[in-house]
Amino acid sequence: MRKEQESTGVRSLHKTSGVKYFFSSIWKNKMSRVGLIILLVFLAMAVLGPLFLNQPKSDYLHRLQGPSAQHWLGTDYAGKDTLVQLILGAKDVLLVAFFAGVISITIACIVGIVSGLLGGKVDTILMVITNVVVTIPNFPLTMVLSMVISITNPFMFGLVLSIQSWAGLAKAIRSQVLIIKNKEFIEASRILGISNFNIIVNDVIPNIISYIAVNFISMMKEAIMAAVGLMYLGLVPFQGNHWGMMIQLALTVSGAMMGSSAIVYFLAPVVCIVLFQLGCYLFATGLDDALNPRLRN
Amino acid sequence: MTKKFLMALLTIFVAMIVMFVVIQSMPGDPVDIMATDIMKRQNVQYEIAYERAKSILNYDPEMPMTQRFFNYVKGIVTGNLGTSMTYQRSVASVVGGALPWTLLVVSLSLFLSFAVGVLLGIYIAWKRSKILNAVLIGYQSIFGAIPNYVLGYLLVFLFSVVLGVLPARGAYSTEVTPGFNGPFIRDVLTHACLPVLTYFLTTVAGWIISMKANSLSVLGEDYITYAQVRGLSNRRILTTYLSKNALLPLVTSLAVSFGLLFGGSPLIENLFFYPGVGYYLNKAIAARDYPLMQGMFFIIITMVVLSSFVAEFLYKYLNPRLRDA
Repeated sequence: MRKEQESTGVRSLHKTSGVKYFFSSIWKNKMSRVGLIILLVFLAMAVLGPLFLNQPKSDYLHRLQGPSAQHWLGTDYAGKDTLVQLILGAKDVLLVAFFAGVISITIACIVGIVSGLLGGKVDTILMVITNVVVTIPNFPLTMVLSMVISITNPFMFGLVLSIQSWAGLAKAIRSQVLIIKNKEFIEASRILGISNFNIIVNDVIPNIISYIAVNFISMMKEAIMAAVGLMYLGLVPFQGNHWGMMIQLALTVSGAMMGSSAIVYFLAPVVCIVLFQLGCYLFATGLDDALNPRLRN
Repeated sequence: MTKKFLMALLTIFVAMIVMFVVIQSMPGDPVDIMATDIMKRQNVQYEIAYERAKSILNYDPEMPMTQRFFNYVKGIVTGNLGTSMTYQRSVASVVGGALPWTLLVVSLSLFLSFAVGVLLGIYIAWKRSKILNAVLIGYQSIFGAIPNYVLGYLLVFLFSVVLGVLPARGAYSTEVTPGFNGPFIRDVLTHACLPVLTYFLTTVAGWIISMKANSLSVLGEDYITYAQVRGLSNRRILTTYLSKNALLPLVTSLAVSFGLLFGGSPLIENLFFYPGVGYYLNKAIAARDYPLMQGMFFIIITMVVLSSFVAEFLYKYLNPRLRDA
């Protein structure tokens, strides 16, 4: 029955299955289940942390301490508790990554879908722009941009990080759109006189949603890498408890590489970043199954 | 092909114009940065320091943007990239000094990770080894998630600080004389070890995974089954049927990752104080050395465009199915 429904093509996402189906599908896949749990823990850190914890105060008498009962992960160069900073930092890390992901996905979708669907001159112009943006090396550009645009909040940071990363994805989405553009169900919608906007929303996006979701996760991964990289180079004087800031301070101020107890202060954010990336990666493995109606049986 | 080449040139040109606009809108002024420096060191008034800096840098901040843009475009077209403000040498000579180091490290690590990745990828696919596959996923989960410069730090900590076997900074030590002699080459290679190892460890699993996936899909093709039915030796199937077809799509990714490594060099080279393109780009950004910055962007962009151009050419050349098209 479903096979028939799909081959006729005039089909919206199975609304009955929706959110519940999505999570049960993620849960069934062992790898994405672990990923989901990791991401939820970080999300809880980001949401609940600021509610229950205060900004740690400097305490120069107890600086650079190793792990103890009072300070589980020791203290930093100014005597602040590492664990508290780590938990409070989750919010900014997640927000920056989230904004970067959302902004670049949005631009990529608009450019890719419009370019692929309309074709002609619009396509040519958009693709010339995209090709130029793809050519400019991502990280060096971000280095310069982080100085042009003064980064004061997570949104601006996300914007700077996504200013180039949309281009590669836009090209990929365009070619996806070109493939489905000539399928019967799009043609049927056209013949029925449905507007371009409605075709995009009801026919095109549901078909590429799993692709977009997987890319959203990898955009977030890359954004975190780039954010931490920029902070490590000292190019983003971002206020707040970002893990990248902790790494930079650990390397510059505390001499984490000299074998002192500051190594914990360095490793703690590194482990968190690795875990978060791992969570994203594992979660993404199940996304395709959960969102792609063609793979359901 | 000529059309593609012209398109590549145009892309470089447009990208450079975009970079000009971005660089020019950076806050901070190179004269001001140097003047503050002179003021501190020579203990003079700011105005005097400013004039001095202006004459040293040979840069007039009041020059209108259009004039500067015109000079810049003329410079690109004639191949004159200007003079670096911080190094007081022509940008071309700074770029020429930096480029070989980045090329050395990037191509060495790319070659190593590609070769190892391809061989292991085919092996895992051919043997359908479950254990190796699990090891691979575990490895990629960790090394794909750790930023390469953080891994670089850990390697420095392990090999230079704790074990003390490998040098952690620079491209060669001062004791050796640069040139084509044994000690120098050995010294350069030991200095390249840690940067190359950093790149290698973080990228090799990606190659294994894509090679494995390609090989598996090729192994499902009819011509492989047919070759087996014909009684061809496994060796023959592996070398002529499987590896050739599975390798082909990777050629394009090779170019892409060459560009990525090149663009990512600021992080690694900064960490190892390796005097390559990325290292000087960092310096140029910090000092607002506009000509040098533009020169470094020019060389990075050119390398990226060039490598994708070469990849496209190679892909066509290696794939007989596309040769007549």
